[in-house]
Amino acid sequence: MSAATGTVRTSGLSTRLAGSRRAKDRAFTIFLWLCGGLAMLPLLFITSYVVAKGASALNIDFFTKEPAAPGEPGGGIVQSFIGTGLIVGMATAFAVPLGVLAAVYLSEYGRGRLASAIRFVAEILLSTPSIVAGAFIWAVVVVALGSFSALAGSIALTVLMWPIVARATEEILRLVPQELREGALALGLPRWKVILRVVVPTAGAGIFTAIMLAVARGMGETAPILLTALGNEFVNVHPLQPTDAVPLRVYNYARTPVVSQHAIGWGGALTLLVGVLLLSITARILSSRQQRRIR
Amino acid sequence: MFRGLSLAIAVGMIVLLAVLLWVLASGGYRAFATFGLHFLTGRSWNPVFGREEFGALPFIFGTLVTAAVAIVLAVPVAVGLAILLNEVTSGWLRNPLAVLVDLLAAIPSVVYGLWGLFVMKPVFDHTVEPFLTRTVGRVPLIGALFRGNPNGGDLFTAGVILAIMILPIVTAVTREVVAVVPGDLREAALALGATRYETIRMAVLPYARSGIVGATVLGLGRALGETIAVSLVVGNGLGIGVSLFKPGFTIPAVIASEFREATNVGVHRSALLALAVVLVAIALVLAAMSRLLVRRTVKLVGGPSVGGAAEVPALKVTG
Repeated sequence: MSAATGTVRTSGLSTRLAGSRRAKDRAFTIFLWLCGGLAMLPLLFITSYVVAKGASALNIDFFTKEPAAPGEPGGGIVQSFIGTGLIVGMATAFAVPLGVLAAVYLSEYGRGRLASAIRFVAEILLSTPSIVAGAFIWAVVVVALGSFSALAGSIALTVLMWPIVARATEEILRLVPQELREGALALGLPRWKVILRVVVPTAGAGIFTAIMLAVARGMGETAPILLTALGNEFVNVHPLQPTDAVPLRVYNYARTPVVSQHAIGWGGALTLLVGVLLLSITARILSSRQQRRIR
Repeated sequence: MFRGLSLAIAVGMIVLLAVLLWVLASGGYRAFATFGLHFLTGRSWNPVFGREEFGALPFIFGTLVTAAVAIVLAVPVAVGLAILLNEVTSGWLRNPLAVLVDLLAAIPSVVYGLWGLFVMKPVFDHTVEPFLTRTVGRVPLIGALFRGNPNGGDLFTAGVILAIMILPIVTAVTREVVAVVPGDLREAALALGATRYETIRMAVLPYARSGIVGATVLGLGRALGETIAVSLVVGNGLGIGVSLFKPGFTIPAVIASEFREATNVGVHRSALLALAVVLVAIALVLAAMSRLLVRRTVKLVGGPSVGGAAEVPALKVTG
């Protein structure tokens, strides 16, 4: 700072100071760019490896057949895809109404202490480790029903997805201009009708992206599914029976010494990665468009 | 009526958290009652019925050490990245960079685990860890951390994977708190002739400090609870020692690997639930702390939407 207050012509000391200051600034800028580069490396490495290793495992059998006996070639993980669809589908069916209604309360009615307490709890639930949600549903649902099941898996995912949908939807609802609500109320519509006919439809696309993010999260979860749905070698669509899921299959194949199963595992990881990234990227594009439109 | 319904469901989240805590606590009660404080300090873990003994210290140790490694590695990079994104880059470069960082958060943990196990671990075993032993390992005191057998899964590898996994969330929250530092402060510093480095060090970072601590704490909470990726690379060993190059075990990993055999005949099931209680207690305290710290920064500098600003990105990156 002292150099900055001196005049330009006082050479000597101040030039030297300026030099060291400039060097520090340069070094700092280089450090920042290094951080940027370092952060990009894992994404690059992981996606390229998963694509390179997983692509060769993808074929018709992979998507249509049940697993081959360990060590034998061929086979697929159709039961994992169906299981993931079943579990995540049910979880979405539970989490969306719960999350959207909670968000409606927080954004449209919620004032004061209760609302901020609910918001706080939603925040806390968001930070709950997913294995804890799994252990919780294991202790309640699995032990009570006496069996691992797709239903238990979907309830565990609901615990994780509910607060995500709620908080993201609330943010979207808040973007809906106040004038719209006031206009509708001035026309004599009751509050609930204003919300259902004006506020929620206006935010529709945004709510949809919130749901996509929650689905992307649920789809990739392994730990809660492991503790509640357990896995299955065969196709199962009964909600009360043990059911497989893609991330679970990848986890199990990662831990076996059977090399042919490793290849299938990479294939599963690739499909999972593609699904999750597609959902996230689409959600991101939609939400930036939507925000621009509402504003 | 509609109002009542939405209120009931919103309050349902509070009920859910309460039930979750109650179920885990009552499930874990038997283990706490049987072993008392020994459950937290004991070093041997034996689920064989008749010789049951449950001391969770190795798991608590492994959880804390891997999370600490993750924080030490991730936070400087995350802060640098946040400053790069907010203060240095502009226009065409900023958005793609930010999106790429967020995508890192979208990758499922089992994919991190698979990659860590088959790609990263061998490289660490043969190259990175021997190199660290030869170089940093010679330094007195901290050198001890980097000596030991580099082969197989270990605490260090797990910590590095965790660092990658928590980088996006720490970056996102840091960006939020850096963004609410008033522009006047930067302009004042620049007008005095300060370089960018001096501006950031003297005007930006002091204001964002408690928010950055909040971001760190949030990252710590995430790291403690991560299960699948860690369980694949941590080595599953019960040792407690100075070296990071030794197999360890973490609380989530042991729950994931033993719940299947755990029955209610002995105390095993209760012991696993008690571990979940320990985990959730730590995670909840950290989450609450982080929220308060970030809020304080946002309030302190009178940023735009108080309470909202810091939370939106946290939501975005969970996707």
